Amino acid sequence: MALPPLDSSQWHSSLRAFLWGVRSVGSTILALVLFATYLGIGALAHDTGFSLAWTLASTVFVWAGPAQIILVSTLGSGATILQSAIAVTVSAIRLFPMVVSVLPMMRTPKTKRRHLILVAHLTAVTLWVECHRFLPQVPRERRIAFIQGLGCGLVFLSVVANTIGYLLAANLSPLFAAAILMLTPLAFLFSTARNCRELADGIALALGLALYPVATLLNSGLDILVSGVVAGTIAYGVHRVRAKVIA
Amino acid sequence: MSTFIGDWHALVVLFVAGVIPNQIWRMLGLWFGGGLDEGSELLVWVRALATAILAGVIAQIVVQPPGALASVPAVLRYGAVAAGFAAFMLSRKSIFAGVAIGEVILVGGQWWLG
Repeated sequence: MALPPLDSSQWHSSLRAFLWGVRSVGSTILALVLFATYLGIGALAHDTGFSLAWTLASTVFVWAGPAQIILVSTLGSGATILQSAIAVTVSAIRLFPMVVSVLPMMRTPKTKRRHLILVAHLTAVTLWVECHRFLPQVPRERRIAFIQGLGCGLVFLSVVANTIGYLLAANLSPLFAAAILMLTPLAFLFSTARNCRELADGIALALGLALYPVATLLNSGLDILVSGVVAGTIAYGVHRVRAKVIA
Repeated sequence: MSTFIGDWHALVVLFVAGVIPNQIWRMLGLWFGGGLDEGSELLVWVRALATAILAGVIAQIVVQPPGALASVPAVLRYGAVAAGFAAFMLSRKSIFAGVAIGEVILVGGQWWLG
């Protein structure tokens, strides 16, 4: 599906832009991955003994696959609320730099912070990747509406998948459950790899993967944060050195 | 209706252990990123951090797998990622090719192992 050209009258209304965002759910392969992942989260929540309302509320209000998987599996294995909260918050740290890097792409001089609250909430890997792909094709003053449409469409799709997964849970084989859990790392890896535009991004990805097992040896409980900050900063350092060499 | 909602205590736990620890970071990002310029050099670093932390989340799932994935041998999990990456590169960076081949290796390998 192609979006209308930047000067098209289709972009004159915010509602239209929102609807183009919703329709764009159909033109991203990541929507399919999200559907299967949330099918799996629905089944996992069912098997762990959570209600359907709890599962749907976690999707709408948490809206981050890895955090939800961690929450369900830690609470299910008898961890305390504090232990779960810590595990969830460590996995969610990435949302901070993601939101910081996404918002400037859609801000205009007239934008107030409160206009960006919903976009910040909807920001997760899928939206982060798709912002870089779609937004150059959307006029700046309609980007917030477009992304709200895309994000809400993805949440809706995931809620449907959650419900189906929850209801089918008893019929899912362990092999199928393993395959669905594997979708998250595969889809995150390849969508991020495709999203790398600067050298710094590629180095950050490769180094971040390589340093995580090293960071686990420290046993700090903050492994992802340690390896992420070290790898990201080295990648940025390489970017700076290279910029100086070229200049 | 009561089976749909379950017990209220669990919903409170959801907010305390799930929603708040997760949303803190987004709202910090909103507070901080709401005023940053798109061309800013700081954004290059921030994007590298986001990418590297995400890489850690990816590695964690493969190295210390949750739930049913833990029953798949490590060599098969790493093999699936490697084969998927090869397919991704050979297909001129098709996410679908990478995910599909990775899954085929994982499911096929596990099925073959019995």
